[in-house]
Amino acid sequence: MLGFLKKPVVVTAEINMNLVALTVMGLISRLWGLSYPRAVVFDEVYYGQFVSLYMKRIFFVDDSGPPFGHMLLALGGYLGGFDGNFLWNRIGAEYSMNVPVWSLRLLPALAGALCVPLAYQILVELQFSHCAALGAALLILLENSLITQSRFMLLESVLIFFILLAVLSYLKFYNLQRHSSFSGSWWFWLLLTGVACSCAVGVKYMGLFTYMLLLAIAGLHFWHMIGDQNLSNVSLMCHFLARGLALIIIPVAMYLSFFYVHLTLLYRSGPHDQIMTSAFQASLEGGLARITQGQPLEVAYGSQITLRNVLGKPMQCWLHSHTNTYPIRYENGRGSSHQQQVTCYPFKDVNNWWIVKDPGMQQLVVSNPPRPVRHGHIVQLVHGITTRYLNTHDVAAPLSPHSQEVSCYIDYNISMPAQNLWRVEIVNRESDTDVWKTILSEVRFVHVNTSAVLKLSGASLPEWGYRQLEVVGEKLSKGYHQSMMWNVEEHRYGKSQEQKEREVELHSPTQMDISKNLSFMAKFTELQWKILTLKNEDTEHKYSSSALDWITMDTNIAYWLHPTSGAQIHLLGNVVTWASANIAALVYTCLSLWYLVRRRRKIYDMPEDAWQLWVSAGGICVGGWAVNYLPFFLMEKTLFLYHYLPALTFQILLIPIVLQHLSDHLCRSLLLKSMFSALIVAWFSSVYFVYCTFRPVTYGEPSLSVTELKDLRWKDSWNILIRKQ
Amino acid sequence: MGSYYINRTFFFDVHPPLGKMLIGLAGYLSGYDGTFPFQKPGDRYEQHNYMGMRGFCAFLGSCLVPFAYLTVLELSKSLPAALLTAFILIFDTGCITLSQYILLDPILMFFLMGAVLSMVKSNSCADRPFSASWWFWLSLTGVNLAGATGVKFVGLFVVLLVGLNTIYDLWDLLGNLSLSLVMFGKHLLARVLCLILLPLALYTAMFAVHFTVLNKSGPGDGFFSSAFQSQLIGNNLHNVSVPEHLAYGSVVTMKNLRMAGGYLHSHWHLYPEGIGARQQQVTAYLHKDSNNLWIIKKHDSDTDLSVPSSPVEFVRHGDVIRLEHKETSRNLHSHQHEAPLTRKHFQVTGYGINGTGDSNDFWRIEVVGRKTGKLIKVLRSQVRLTHVATGCILGSSGKTLPKWGWEQVEVTCTPYLKETPNSLWNFEDHINPKLPNISLDVLKPSFAEILLESHMVMIRGLRFSGVNETDYRVYLLGNPVIWWLNLVTIGLYLLITVSTAVALKRGVQLTSELKELSRVVLRGGGQITLGWLLHYLPFFMMGRVLYFHHYFPAMLFSSMLTGITWDTLLKFCAAFLSPSTTARKVYGGGFLALVLLIMYSFYLFHPLSYGMIGPMASDPSSPMAGLRWMDSWEF
Repeated sequence: MLGFLKKPVVVTAEINMNLVALTVMGLISRLWGLSYPRAVVFDEVYYGQFVSLYMKRIFFVDDSGPPFGHMLLALGGYLGGFDGNFLWNRIGAEYSMNVPVWSLRLLPALAGALCVPLAYQILVELQFSHCAALGAALLILLENSLITQSRFMLLESVLIFFILLAVLSYLKFYNLQRHSSFSGSWWFWLLLTGVACSCAVGVKYMGLFTYMLLLAIAGLHFWHMIGDQNLSNVSLMCHFLARGLALIIIPVAMYLSFFYVHLTLLYRSGPHDQIMTSAFQASLEGGLARITQGQPLEVAYGSQITLRNVLGKPMQCWLHSHTNTYPIRYENGRGSSHQQQVTCYPFKDVNNWWIVKDPGMQQLVVSNPPRPVRHGHIVQLVHGITTRYLNTHDVAAPLSPHSQEVSCYIDYNISMPAQNLWRVEIVNRESDTDVWKTILSEVRFVHVNTSAVLKLSGASLPEWGYRQLEVVGEKLSKGYHQSMMWNVEEHRYGKSQEQKEREVELHSPTQMDISKNLSFMAKFTELQWKILTLKNEDTEHKYSSSALDWITMDTNIAYWLHPTSGAQIHLLGNVVTWASANIAALVYTCLSLWYLVRRRRKIYDMPEDAWQLWVSAGGICVGGWAVNYLPFFLMEKTLFLYHYLPALTFQILLIPIVLQHLSDHLCRSLLLKSMFSALIVAWFSSVYFVYCTFRPVTYGEPSLSVTELKDLRWKDSWNILIRKQ
Repeated sequence: MGSYYINRTFFFDVHPPLGKMLIGLAGYLSGYDGTFPFQKPGDRYEQHNYMGMRGFCAFLGSCLVPFAYLTVLELSKSLPAALLTAFILIFDTGCITLSQYILLDPILMFFLMGAVLSMVKSNSCADRPFSASWWFWLSLTGVNLAGATGVKFVGLFVVLLVGLNTIYDLWDLLGNLSLSLVMFGKHLLARVLCLILLPLALYTAMFAVHFTVLNKSGPGDGFFSSAFQSQLIGNNLHNVSVPEHLAYGSVVTMKNLRMAGGYLHSHWHLYPEGIGARQQQVTAYLHKDSNNLWIIKKHDSDTDLSVPSSPVEFVRHGDVIRLEHKETSRNLHSHQHEAPLTRKHFQVTGYGINGTGDSNDFWRIEVVGRKTGKLIKVLRSQVRLTHVATGCILGSSGKTLPKWGWEQVEVTCTPYLKETPNSLWNFEDHINPKLPNISLDVLKPSFAEILLESHMVMIRGLRFSGVNETDYRVYLLGNPVIWWLNLVTIGLYLLITVSTAVALKRGVQLTSELKELSRVVLRGGGQITLGWLLHYLPFFMMGRVLYFHHYFPAMLFSSMLTGITWDTLLKFCAAFLSPSTTARKVYGGGFLALVLLIMYSFYLFHPLSYGMIGPMASDPSSPMAGLRWMDSWEF
């Protein structure tokens, strides 16, 4: 109890000055002059708009990745007191005074700076010498491309930080495994692995590759544990469960929580609303919610509704009709019924209103109490303005001749009877007696006479149809495609029996009271699905490159150019480092194959533990490089040099590993060893030299003259901007 | 497709030629004359003699059953397992349907199963290497590999399977210290010879036959480069002689150098409203047509160069020229409107009346890798056209225009100055009465070049072919009971494998019988599962239109897996119950139940494969109505 009376309290701190020095140097290299240039640099123009939207709490969808990275950037803006008022429209635009440039760029820069000590730690945990670890950290420190990428409001450095953190914590965990399983620090590092993995995935989907790699490595290590006869079945099970919890359940939960925070933060409607379903839109403040707020929930006979197609492709649209009829003959000579056109119209319009009518009754108003429409009921749909009935018959549709034409029936007194009965089928019903609900129900309309299904064909009509979208009756309906599903968006109970009054009523905004909320999981599923499937038109970019160009760094990206002087910023790597990293990977692969074959013939070149180190170091570095690089060959999106940076980081870590191995195992004599060391020093100074040479285009200052810029163009394929005199 | 071989006209298809050649051969031998058009499913054959071709395919299709039987027997050494597999394949309606018609798939599957069988056989000959049977099976594997790849590129997956198996095999041999390195070298050489060199030689020979047989011009010409076309009898490039150097006043056609690139084309139709400027369309067109003709003019003078008296003036590298469309007399034109599909490029139009336009009609002509002042050669020079006013380069984006553009290929002017074949052109036809003609035989490409080009075109074709949905009335539906059985089995197999592997790793002591069983599960089942994965997973990554029949090779593997797994499972059960007599009963009963289940389901579904009469199944009165178990099926 009173032990401190007998013995003094002693705090012994062990500080690795290497680590501290490296961190400080990393901070200096990444943070120095951070707010220069005070202008929009490259993709800041892209991420910046999302930061602004976060500040204004406006909902958006970004298909480039999950929201965690954007949120981190927004956090920087929040800490700097950014109000979101800046128009992100052009690279090179000067920032106005209200933009806290420094704090916006701070988080990526910090992440980039911390990569340096992380690299050091990883090599130490891989049981390589402090000298090798120092080398790895210095190489990362002096890598121009990593510096450029982390000094701006971009996500790659954050991604790399989390990836390295995940690797480091797994290694720490694994090294603790041998003697202190289930200790406090064992749990800490295990959990940190999971957390870092989920953060990496949350920043960019690329993080998934490293996560998979770590899962595979963990699986392999566990497989070896299974073979260990000293462990009891129970303790094996505990190990398995602990790993499952930390490496699978926690990352999933974290990932969900990112979306939860994202959706909680962004509650206002905004520019991307239209991509989402009506139900989702209605959950946002403003926009559709303002219209739908207070609508009656259950669709009843006599309800006035607008019907939105669920698919939303090629654009969102509502079932529509207008007084124009189908032309008697189309351009290709086929005939039509000459009845009133029914289309799908992408804008809000009074002609989008339809009235649900009971075929057995004449009245077009809602009775009191309202009689709700249920799944399987037969209804007629009356077009509000023209009071004609939605009809389909065995006439070929204008653009899709295999399907039936859908029209609003006009009685021409010819032998073509009205066929206007439709059966309501609620696709997402829970029971067969479900009521048709506004916004929530996705409904198919099955024609009673022909069993055709009302469908948006996706084609747009020619001039006579005002280029609106074609609606057809699909005869052979297979499955439940979204183009056949419709949901009620705007809705009110009709009150006026007279046509004139009704027109006035249709023009007036809806009002009544009931609010509805989507659960978080429903919102998450929808948003996640949209992020994954939303495809921007694949664009060609001036600085886009193919994955093969990256290895040799045949390409660069100009990030920023000073409006008057020649000062400019490029994403350009340290050529010596890139080349050595490639050589290291090559040497590693060849040596490993050689050793493997020789070991197979029972010839052992090195002690067993050295071999284990060599394998595990290679598994992480070469594996990390491969999983972060090779998948790009299968991707069809526009690729940029910065996509290679995570892979490059792993490759750089490999250089000191290979060097140390060469010096330890292949340089047998002392003379050879010292010569090798001398070579390394020479090589290292060339790395430093290249770093210094390219520093002006990495930091954007000082500004260089034309001849100096020309001298920097070491490769013909590099695009260094030279101002014409 | 076989018709083409009999008529010897050149055609283009995304698959390698062996399958079609075999069908053609079968047709030829059975007296088919190659006149039936084969345009769409459902056409009647009428008087044409097609039985030979169908019979050939059906024969190959029925060979699958013994092949699978032998493979499983070899892997599991268990007769019931092999029988079960054979039953599954015999009674699967999908397999029956697929092999009854003139399709490539039965041929592909024949070679594929042949390769697997001979691989397995040669594995089991491993204890007596370099014996006659060892050599026989090894080289047969190679032959089958060449066959499978030669029918469809899907065959490459079985090459991968055999390759992985061989690597495993060699690795095993390498670890065998009683084997000297020289012996190992012999093993390695034998495999390289039989599994790499032999298939390659056969594959090349197959293409040699293909090109020798097809020496007449046909519908596939436009997909190939000018040099390639000059080899085909009847093509206008065959044995023609044209003036060698380009001159002002010449009438030319220009072909894009990308694989399957079209001719620069224009026609009277305008770009529709809202798509750039409302001027005349310029597209790339894959077929030969008088609208592909352009006249080369000087940019500054409009003198009529066709007057015989005027002197001939050659076009030189770096000249600024104007291209006038011969039929419509409009100039090739570009301006800063966005192109119809590739929004970041500029639109290319036909502009001006009777050749009078504006400065946006000027193009600088440059030959790749040449200095200024050099002449431009027809066919051989690769030419780039730079728009003088905006600095963009004329190129073909490869995207197909919608209906208003007659589904021809988009032509744009790209501001991104990258060196790709998209923006390179060559001059193909060249008409100038004032110049002497030279013969083009110098163009003759080597066989290797032809081989390479036809592969490039096939690969490109693979990425773009999207056939419209068609209504088959003969239904390609597998026997659902069998398919679900296969599906369940894959799950079951994984379970068994994992538990066996964990048990072995934990050092559980097994009886020798069980050890043998687990070896079958891990080694034999593993090989088959690998085959299934290789033939199934890659389809997830393919962007092209997928049909049900693409799953059939994978289905063969999963059927074999079913045989092995159930047999092992029943044996395991029996082993736990032994030594009582119930063990044998359980084993026999289970086996019998499976076979009966398969036969009964075949009885239910057999009308599907032999054709059926009556209304559609959605009609409740049809006999098939009760069998429509899933909404996504169409009868």
